[in-house]
Parts: sequence; structure tokens; C-alpha cells
Amino acid sequence: MNEKTMSTPETDVDTSRRNLLKGGAAAAVVTLAPGVTLRTVEAAVTGPATSAQRWGMLIDATAPEHLWDLAVEACKAEQGWGPEYNTSGKANPLTDPQWIRKVSVKDPKTGAKATLPVMCQHCAKPPCVDVCPTGASMKRADGIVLVDKHICIGCRYCMMACPYSCRSFVHEDVKNQRPHMPRGKGTVESCTLCVHRVDAGQKPACVEALNNAGSNAIIFGDLNDPNSDISRAVAKHVTQRIRADLDLEPGVHYRGI
Amino acid sequence: MAADTTVYKEIEGKGGDYYSLIGWLGVVVIAALYAVYNMEHYGHVVTGMTNAVVWGTPHVFAVFLIVAASGALNVASISSVFGKHHYKPLARLSAVTAMALLAGGLMILVLDLGRPDRLIIAMTYYNFKSIFAWNIILYNGFFVIVLAYLWMMMEKRMTPHSSKIGLFAFLWRLILTTGTGSIFGFLVARPGYDAAIMAPLFIAMSFAFGMAIFILIINVAYRGTGRPLGDVILFKMRNLLGVFIAAVLYFTVVQHLTNLYAAEHLDVQAFILMDGGIYTFLFWVVQVGIGGLFPLALLFNPATGRTCQGIAVASVLVIIGGLAQMYVIIIGGQAFPLLMFPGMEVSSSFFDGVLHPYTPSHWEVMLGLGGIAVALLIIAVGVKYLPLLPTSLSDAKIDPHHKAEEA
Repeated sequence: MNEKTMSTPETDVDTSRRNLLKGGAAAAVVTLAPGVTLRTVEAAVTGPATSAQRWGMLIDATAPEHLWDLAVEACKAEQGWGPEYNTSGKANPLTDPQWIRKVSVKDPKTGAKATLPVMCQHCAKPPCVDVCPTGASMKRADGIVLVDKHICIGCRYCMMACPYSCRSFVHEDVKNQRPHMPRGKGTVESCTLCVHRVDAGQKPACVEALNNAGSNAIIFGDLNDPNSDISRAVAKHVTQRIRADLDLEPGVHYRGI
Repeated sequence: MAADTTVYKEIEGKGGDYYSLIGWLGVVVIAALYAVYNMEHYGHVVTGMTNAVVWGTPHVFAVFLIVAASGALNVASISSVFGKHHYKPLARLSAVTAMALLAGGLMILVLDLGRPDRLIIAMTYYNFKSIFAWNIILYNGFFVIVLAYLWMMMEKRMTPHSSKIGLFAFLWRLILTTGTGSIFGFLVARPGYDAAIMAPLFIAMSFAFGMAIFILIINVAYRGTGRPLGDVILFKMRNLLGVFIAAVLYFTVVQHLTNLYAAEHLDVQAFILMDGGIYTFLFWVVQVGIGGLFPLALLFNPATGRTCQGIAVASVLVIIGGLAQMYVIIIGGQAFPLLMFPGMEVSSSFFDGVLHPYTPSHWEVMLGLGGIAVALLIIAVGVKYLPLLPTSLSDAKIDPHHKAEEA
């Protein structure tokens, strides 16, 4: 099965939990057990993820709504999810995964509206990681929250714990999987912040799609670097984070909700 | 304390009734395995579960059985921890019932996983911050401790020491049910769960469900084998069941009252208590009415509470009410939308901000019933091959001095 191979170089993620993958970035192929190997991506990986970085996003919810459709489509194409990737070829809205979605919010008292994309919020204190019995749900040192599909048993407790409904369960067989993002029926998946691109020095697909359309509605970058665009932007504008009351410190910030 | 003179003997288990019971249970188990094959081959898309209602009917059955398992051990605990010698003859069966129910519940839970083939991973990779991981240890430990307890009760040389491990088993089961309740209690994101009261509520539920199941098993075993079953032990269990039902109702009232006081929880409470459709019906009619108040009335009404049938019917109702309660807690808690933007109207193609539909599929129900069948099979086979059941539970055997008062 495809999920036996995982090309994302899950480098130094919370090391206590990820000893297995130590040094994974350096080798081209790591043999875990006979027949079970991890292949690293072709792109150069400069080293293990460290807490020197804190990857994050700033999303401008006042941007034109059609941009979010671009972002969603870019994610689908990059990561290979959506009804067209169901082996059955049938769309099942209740069970089809959505890694990023366009959410409309309306204040019933004033009628004020906003539309914004919601994806994994890459929390600093992610409840999905806390509850995962096997440690499959994990946070890298640079703040990217991922699911290790090798050890996800499909219990779905992380989906119960996520306050943002940002995780999906693969309910059926899927086809045309991307080499960098194998997906597996019976496991949980969500936005990876395009970790394969970030590790190669690129921006996430949704951000790039907006940039190509001439928009900066999503700014991606290192929140720990005071000179990054995102750090300057969050220092200039008061930003919001969804369910900030839960104190999970999401890496995704919003403006104008 | 006087030496235990109880004679334990395997049941004959040769009649057509016994084999047809085993046969039917076997059929249910095979049906469950066929359901699992379909769920795993085609994926969970063939179930009623979705990305919003991620735990469905299998979890209702599984959590019910796991909770009932720890409660079924209660009879043994009462005799060895609290020194109530009347219950002593039932302690062996109590221990076996507890393990059987836990095995049935865990079977459902494991086979409902997206990747049940990775069970070994669940046993070898532990995230110790996860209450789920603690539960895996608590469940495995429960088997080990209760097995040791059973062995010490059955092995004459060890019997004098069995009360010590009985105390340990009792403490372990309290922690285990606390852990099961905390699976829900620790979910900060879900307004329907996130509450410490889940732990004591689940403990009260375990007492009631476990006792109800145990009363039925005793009834069937003794009627079926023609062994004497007196009123003294039955009425004692009836009284306990009544107290446990009342305790469940008490914690249920506190659970909802506390939440009603908090403005932020009013919506989810209104959903469950007033306009939740099937969930409101299940809560008031099945859980509280049929599974709580009605059995209480049956048990403490002299006309029905002093008959074997009345007590058995009340036990069945407690089980039905218990399943309804699990359904309301587990499914109802997920059907209510997550509050991503409290106070705002939210919508999306991912069904944000709307009540999530859920209809159990027949595969899920088959798997759930399979878990119950596995539990009953273990008990049925256990009483045939092990000396678990006393040859008599007559009043004279249980307590001759109390006979006059109770009759």
C-alpha cells in the first residue's frame, strides 16, 4: 500500500516521540523494517526542523471571497484530495476530506459578514497531539502539526479533540496520490502547511496560488524571525485567532473577522 | 468469618437450550465479523459515520460494555472489600462477567478502528499525555488483576489473600471508569463533553449497568440450570440496583443543571433537553423514563419488586436506558456543531455551524451486537468449563437468619 512509503522527511519533530525518524533527512532511503522504508524527497533539506522557526500564516479575512476558492483548489491539486480522488469516483460530501475550506461567518445581530479559509491552525498546544494514543498526531519543532500515517491507528480521537474541525478521516479508497503525500484509507489527515514545500524553501501551495493571482491575502512565514513579512504584519495589525479563549496558540492568525 | 462452604460446580451445558444459545451467539459474532470485513474493505464510508460524527454506534456499544464491565465486578468487590459475605458465592461469576464484558467492548472498539491491523502499534507506541493511552494500560491491567483475583478466589491455598487483590481490583476499576469518563471529560473543544462530572457520572453508570446485566445473567443461569435461586440474594441485588439507578439520575441532573447555569452552554443543553429530536426523545423517554424512573418504580413497588420477573424487567430497562444514555452522550455530543465562532452564524461546505446528521448503518449495529455476543459467549463457555456458579443460591444457603424478614 502506498502509505507504507512516506516521502516527507519528517525531521526532528518533538524528538522524544520521533526517535525512529532521527537522521531521516540525511539519508535517501531509511529502512525501518524489511519491506518498510521511508524515502526522502528529492529536494534538499537543510537540516532537522528546529524551534528556531515558528511557521505561521496571517490571513486577511477582508480579501475578496473568490481568492479562497483559489486557495482551496491549489491545496487539492497539490495534495491530491477531494471527491475526484475517491477510487469510487463518487462524491460523498459528509465523508470526503477537506484539508482547507471556505467558511462564512455572519453576525446575526448586525448582519456583518466575513468569509475566510480555515485549515489546521497548527496550534502551539495542539489538543489533537495531546489526545493521540500512539503519538501519530505530532508537532514538529518548528510548529507544524502533522499526522504520521505509519502509526495512525484510525481511532479518530484527534478529530473529537480539534476545536476547528480541521481533520478528516479517509473513509474510502483513494487514487492518484501525490508522491510527496501518500494518503491511506482508515487514517486521519489534515493540512500539513505544505511541509514538503516549506522544507524545500518554498511557500505553501495556497499562499503561492494567491501570490500568482497578485494577492497577499495569506502571508506565510517565520513568526520567530522579526524581519519576516508575517512578523512585521502581526506586529502592525491586531490579529485574531479562532477560539483564542482556548489558549491553544494557533500559528494561523486572522485579520478582519 | 466462617469458612466458605459454598459448593461451586460447572453447569452441565448439554441440553438443546445451551447449544442453541451458543449457536445463536456464534451467528451474531460471525455477522459482526462480516460487518467488520465490509467496514474495513470498503472503508468507513459504508457506515453512518462522517467527518463530523466520527464516533458512531460501535462506540455506543463499546463504551457501554466497558463501563458495565467495571460495574459487573462490583458484586465481587462488595464481598471481598466491604465484607458482605452474602455476595461471596457470586464473586467468581462477577469477575468472569467483568472480563467478558470488557473483552466484548474492546473487540468492538478495536474492530471499529480505521486500521485494526495496527493494534500492535497501539500496544507499543504510547503517548502518555493521552487519556486514550492510559485507558489501554488500564484495560490490559484490568484483565491481569481480575484474572489473578479470580484465580486466588478459586485456588484454596490463596483464598485467604483474595480480599487484598479484591481491594486492588476495586481501586483499579474506579480508576478505569474514571479514565473512560475522562475520554469525554477532557475534550475541551466540545461543549457537550468538557466536564469533570463525566468521571463520577460514568462510575455511577457502571454500577447500574453492571448490576443490571449481572442480575439477568444470574436469572438466566439459575432458571436455565434448575439450580435454586432464593429471594434473599435477589432482593439484595435489587436494592443495590435501585440505589445505583438513583445515583445515575442524580449525576445526570447535576450534569445538566451545572451546564444550564452557564450561558455559553445553553445552546447545547437546549439541543439535548428540548429540541434535539431523536436525542431529546432518547434522553427523556428512554434514558430518564424507561431506563431510570420506570425501573425504580418497578423495583420498589411491592407488587413487582418482590418478583423475579419484575426485577428482571427492571434490569432489561436499565440496559436499554443505558444504551440510550450512551447514544445521547456520544452521538448527541457530536451532532451539535462545534462553536468555532461563538455567537455567530457559520456555514461552509464542511457542514460548519449546522446540526450534524447521523443514521446508524446496519454494519455498525451488527458490530455492536457482536461485542455483546462475544461477552455472553465467554460467560456461557466459562460457566460450563469452570466451577464458577454455586450449586445453590437458596435463601437457606445465603443467609438463613434473614429469611423470615425478607420473605
